[in-house]
Amino acid sequence: MARFAAIAGIGQTEFSKASGRSELQLAAEASKAALDDAGIDPADVDGMITFTIDNNDEIGLARCLGAKDVGWATRIPGGGAASVATIHQAAAAVVSGACEVVVVWRAMNERSQYRFGQPMAPPGGGLVNVAGNGTGSLLWCMPYGAQTPASWAALSAGHYMERFGVTNRDLGYVSVAQRKHAATNPLAWFYGKPITLEDHQASKWIVEPVLRLLDCCQESDGGVAIVITSLERARDLKQKPIRIASSAQSIPAEVEVISNYYHADLDVMPEARGVAKRLYERSGLTPQDMQLAMIYDAFTPQVLAQLEGFGFCKLGEAKDFIKGGNIELGGSLPVNTNGGLIGEAYIHGMNNITEAVRQLRGTASNQVAKATNALVSCGMAGAILTNT
Amino acid sequence: MSSNQTPPGAPTRPDPVFTPDAIFFWEGAARGELLGQRCADCRKIAFPPRPMCPACHSVRRETVKLSGRGTVASWVIPRHPAPIGFPEAPIVALIELEEGIRMVSNVIDVAPADMKGGIAVEVRFAPTRGGKAVPVFAPVKGVARG
Repeated sequence: MARFAAIAGIGQTEFSKASGRSELQLAAEASKAALDDAGIDPADVDGMITFTIDNNDEIGLARCLGAKDVGWATRIPGGGAASVATIHQAAAAVVSGACEVVVVWRAMNERSQYRFGQPMAPPGGGLVNVAGNGTGSLLWCMPYGAQTPASWAALSAGHYMERFGVTNRDLGYVSVAQRKHAATNPLAWFYGKPITLEDHQASKWIVEPVLRLLDCCQESDGGVAIVITSLERARDLKQKPIRIASSAQSIPAEVEVISNYYHADLDVMPEARGVAKRLYERSGLTPQDMQLAMIYDAFTPQVLAQLEGFGFCKLGEAKDFIKGGNIELGGSLPVNTNGGLIGEAYIHGMNNITEAVRQLRGTASNQVAKATNALVSCGMAGAILTNT
Repeated sequence: MSSNQTPPGAPTRPDPVFTPDAIFFWEGAARGELLGQRCADCRKIAFPPRPMCPACHSVRRETVKLSGRGTVASWVIPRHPAPIGFPEAPIVALIELEEGIRMVSNVIDVAPADMKGGIAVEVRFAPTRGGKAVPVFAPVKGVARG
């Protein structure tokens, strides 16, 4: 039985606004690229993990890859909260011996085929938002005009922002730092397009007074895949293994993904605290041991909440922590060095994981010096990845 | 229902979605009552509604009339894209009721410039396009908490 699992391969398609091909093709291309990166024959894939809301069928993808005999297939709930949870569950499956070569994928045409950021009124009646599929709790929001992920996220941030005097301008420091990273990352949609705080403040309100356009992630077409196997097997493959030092999920009482309105203290993110506790306990590492953090950034306030939840700063201090270049390349904790979901693309969090892998391999466009340990978080799940 | 069938002045707000465990809430709202779910055994009030009490695991539930009084915990105004069914951008708020539960709603009869966390509100009811209603909240005149 393997003691640790490792990320052996990463793959992706281009990130665009109109892929011009099916989501299944995106999933297949990304998976093949990840397997090629690892040096694993696609026929050997015996584990498959994705999000509950991914539209691609396991059998359809296995057929493309020519997988001989899949022995483990599972899906993870919670929209983007599934992203790092895929790593956690793949590691658990590999370490338990349930399977040996897991392909994790997420592929979506969420700009050209449907819109994650917009509500839709289908001809038959009713009101839906694709991003909220499978999230029954959103029925409490829709009749009130909170019909988008931006509105749900903004409402959950409002109490914290009023209490600690965080303004929309403060949030802009996150966007500026990440767009600076995206500007020098050729994989990023916003490659070569940095912004200033003034640009941020001039962008239109999406949800007043919390989110402007430049506080929001993109809608993107694209696919990302990650191959996870045992550390032992990974050592014999093409790439330097990136060991999953610890991984965790946390779904505390009364916590919801994004429409997170019902837990005891609105100013903390209990799920991030729960993940952090498990990650640090299981790895023996601390926040100070991380050279970078890849933090789920669908909307800028989520970055502040996770910086606090994972112990990089104290409650209410994130608005100061994000200033002064602290979260930029060369700062004390570079965050979302690919540009994140705001600057690179929104492949539902998965492209933030692949960036951590590139950093730990030493192959990132915006390479962090001496990157050894990276925290990867999507709020309800997280992992500490390491090249040691 | 398409917009060209809607008579002028008729409600445009989307109808709530009725789910089995929350139907009492929306049926109550349609009658102009704000109802909560209380455990019939341990008396704990829970929101959102659920088929089992998280404290004592009883499935015996009763509906109770809530005070309809609370404070604004958080508020926003969705600007883009324009919410479907709202001629003007609504103020969406998280309301903390006296009973200690929170729910998403709207605050009406207030200027955006006067919105802030902590203001005292009380329940009203707003019609929806399909002839139902949802609870919304209006500031209590002359009372502010914060």
